[in-house]
Amino acid sequence: MNVLGARREVPSEFRRRLSIALGVVGVLFGLTVVRLWHLQISEGDHYGFLSENNRIRLKRVRATRGTIVDRRGQVLVDNRPSFDLVLVPEDTNNVPRTLAAVARVLGTDAGSFEAAVTAARNRPAFEEVVLFRDLDWESIAKIETHQFELPGVSVQVGPRRTYPLGHAAAHLLGYVGEVNQQELSARKGYHMGDLIGKAGAERYWESELRGLDGGQQVEVDAVGRKLRVLSEVDEVPGNTLVLSLDRDLQLVAEDAMGDRDGAIVALDARNGEVLAMVSRPAFDPNVFARGIKGAEWNAMVQDRKHPLNSKAVQGTYPPGSTFKVIMAAAALEEGVITPFTSIFCGGGIWFGNRTFRCWRKGGHGSVNLHEALVRSCDVFFYQVGQRLGVDAIAEYSHRFGLGAPSGITLENESGGIIPSSAWKRQRFGEPWYPGETLSVAIGQGYVTSTPLQLANMIAAVANGGTVYRPQFVKRVETADGSLVFEQGPERTRELGFKQSTLLQIRQALSDVVNSDRGTGSNSRLTTIEVGGKTGTAQASKAGGERSKQHGWSREKRDHAWFVAFAPVSAPEIAIAVLAEHAGEHGGTVAAPIARKVLARYFGLPDEDEAVMREAAVVPVDEDDMPLMVAALTGGGR
Amino acid sequence: MRQFDRRLAYHFDWLLLALTLTIVGIGVTTIYSATAAHEKGSFVGNPLVVRQLAFSAAGFVGLVFTVFFDYRRVERYAYVVYALGVVLLTLVPFIGSVGGGARRWINLGLFSVQPSELIKICLVIALARYFHRARATGDCGLVDVLPAFVLLGVPAALILAQPDLGTVGVLAIACVSVLFFAGLRMRVFVLLGAVGGAVVPLLWGHLKPYQQQRVLTFLSPEMDPLGAGYHVIQSKIAIGSGLFWGKGFLQGTQNKLNFLPEQHTDFIFSVFAEEWGYVGSLVLLALYAAFIIRGLQIASRAKDRFGALLVFGIVSIVFWQAVINVGMTTGVLPVVGIPLPFFSYGGSSLTVLMVATGLIINVNMRRFLF
Repeated sequence: MNVLGARREVPSEFRRRLSIALGVVGVLFGLTVVRLWHLQISEGDHYGFLSENNRIRLKRVRATRGTIVDRRGQVLVDNRPSFDLVLVPEDTNNVPRTLAAVARVLGTDAGSFEAAVTAARNRPAFEEVVLFRDLDWESIAKIETHQFELPGVSVQVGPRRTYPLGHAAAHLLGYVGEVNQQELSARKGYHMGDLIGKAGAERYWESELRGLDGGQQVEVDAVGRKLRVLSEVDEVPGNTLVLSLDRDLQLVAEDAMGDRDGAIVALDARNGEVLAMVSRPAFDPNVFARGIKGAEWNAMVQDRKHPLNSKAVQGTYPPGSTFKVIMAAAALEEGVITPFTSIFCGGGIWFGNRTFRCWRKGGHGSVNLHEALVRSCDVFFYQVGQRLGVDAIAEYSHRFGLGAPSGITLENESGGIIPSSAWKRQRFGEPWYPGETLSVAIGQGYVTSTPLQLANMIAAVANGGTVYRPQFVKRVETADGSLVFEQGPERTRELGFKQSTLLQIRQALSDVVNSDRGTGSNSRLTTIEVGGKTGTAQASKAGGERSKQHGWSREKRDHAWFVAFAPVSAPEIAIAVLAEHAGEHGGTVAAPIARKVLARYFGLPDEDEAVMREAAVVPVDEDDMPLMVAALTGGGR
Repeated sequence: MRQFDRRLAYHFDWLLLALTLTIVGIGVTTIYSATAAHEKGSFVGNPLVVRQLAFSAAGFVGLVFTVFFDYRRVERYAYVVYALGVVLLTLVPFIGSVGGGARRWINLGLFSVQPSELIKICLVIALARYFHRARATGDCGLVDVLPAFVLLGVPAALILAQPDLGTVGVLAIACVSVLFFAGLRMRVFVLLGAVGGAVVPLLWGHLKPYQQQRVLTFLSPEMDPLGAGYHVIQSKIAIGSGLFWGKGFLQGTQNKLNFLPEQHTDFIFSVFAEEWGYVGSLVLLALYAAFIIRGLQIASRAKDRFGALLVFGIVSIVFWQAVINVGMTTGVLPVVGIPLPFFSYGGSSLTVLMVATGLIINVNMRRFLF
């Protein structure tokens, strides 16, 4: 055991250091004892007083939520002060009696107050319970005059969200509500009763809008009333969202939609900025801001028209004849036709075991691509579809941004469906049947897309082949107006087509509107050259012509589409209009709506009547394609 | 191991054991009081109490086990123990779990360990071994300090990354204490102090204002009136309102509030002082003082330098943590998150300290044997 080097002595070596150590211990413990004497004896009574009823409290000062303004700074979403009646149950020795007193002062029933206190029984001690939101001036005065009969009760000012536009742009702006349990556990920094964005921009841009809560260390009296602020941390208000939306254009678009259901998406064709976005039926976000009642919520959720869903970005519909724009581009690019290729339309073609009909019973005769687009000939595109095959159609559709979410900063965007042989094998475990390609060729069958996707598609045609990511937030600013970040245009992809391809399509689309043969003449403007494409989409197998009769249930009527851009020579704006279950054609229902929006955009007077008179030639019965639908369902007619 | 010597039993330090168990016992009852408002159930039904009791039982078993072998075996494996502690620390960033904003724990299913608590003792063991072997006599110069700083630096850097500045501070102050006891020349101490005093302001001047602000709030979070600053005020109110005799067991009011997220860990002393007053606080301090003085006595009487340095290091950890913790809760020191030894809720700290107490008893028992 001789490993130990220091077997001699030890004590002597350490003696001096030990006494130093003991000295340090003695001094520090002595200081501690003195400190405790100071706290518990000298100042003890003061601290004893402060400890009664938690005299020093933290009061959270909720950050003011950022506002939302349009591209010109006009307010879209704002805050106004709301006076809320709150109770700290710990500050009254008899909660029921206090609640009864409140009810007596306000001349109401105490039942809802009791329910509020019961619902909040798991809150941390000394946290306020909101008894009533948004007191009127008279009630505030009553509470203030009786405050000594109401221990623990106070009126608290807090910002309340307001949406001055009401229903307009409701889906885009979204709404706020109190955080729920799930959100509380998933996100840091939220407390019970805090507001959080639940939908739309309010939800997606929550982290920008929210701001940073501040707080106050306050001394209160025995019944919880604030005596003085000991120290505080200022709140940091949320950032302002500056949207690309144009408030005036939005209101015109809302107005143009009338009481129809559907959607309008207007984009800046040059950069993908959203100028207007309408979805109908809509809701009033103010209802959520004041606290929605259970019955109101249930009514909205159970409404068969789904007012809470944004038809512009979540609704998927067969694009109908608007899809022919993509078909035309694919055909020219793949070289399956030339602009001079002419195909005879005799009113239908025989394929597989049945007839696929053109919407025009008599047929269009011999048509080339230009004429086929202008007059929306189905037979021409059946042929083109056969030559392309479904997979080539799918490829071009994807390039235009169909079949996948566009990436707009909104939750739950739909991608729609672009079928292909691989898609069908995966989805149904079945091979692709060539006959199905014919339906796809005229935007029916499995094909679905959102109004936003079609607006973005026509924007790419208009701007010469760039697909942008649609954006509605231009920039984010702090509450005092300094720039946080600017959202520049974002290119999703370049179509990479020959310039002549899109040029020829644009010329044809101009004639859709501006020639008397065209199906979209209802969108014609006097001084601005508009290009567009109509579409009528079958909503149910049993749809078709008969659905126009109003005896048909709404869900079975056809959807009416119109996609457009203007001016044709140097496009600025692209627009998609969907009139859901209109039971009429794109040219008659959707095109006039688009015209009103375009007229407003170019600062032209609403030329409603004038144009109607001029464009009297539109053959109402022959607008588009619904007859083929009957053929499909007829199964082998 | 040779046959157990009956003389050992005579020299078993019952006093130190009794002091330890008394402090642990008071700690558990205070944890019960601190959490009774939030945790349902009686004393034995309170999950925190049950866990703390389980850990103290484990610590007791560890203590007894530690007593039975010759502490010089610890010396032989000192660096192995140290290395294991460092390895555990290294694992924390990868498999550790987060609590209170920092990644400190390794979850073992039934319970989790906090390697930063373990490393405190590992470091003391390694330092004791180093100074025992490197310098048979107590006269250390500058050269002897550098390896000690390496031993300190590795775990300190790892813990700093967690981040846990308080524990790093305890490690550093324990290291300095051992250096002092090992006989570092006064001149070297003065020199180190001077260098430190010169470098810190220099570094400070080089920091950007926002960095300085960050360091300041980290060092003294009580500057945040909504966070630790509020905690300190409430802690002072709790302690002060205890007055001379205290409000009585379970009668504290401050701890019923949600003012502290750590009322059963770092701020347990405020709960105790509110309920037991000045008298109770003095009794508790006296228990700590007795433990420390007894420990120092054992250190000075140890048979070899390793034993002496080991005991001194352990005692210094208990001492500094107790002083810093009470200073923190009484509002004279920054809130840095140091638990009250043997007292605060926390399995790793409690178990490790009880095993360390076993080492002290071990050293005391064997001072007559060789």
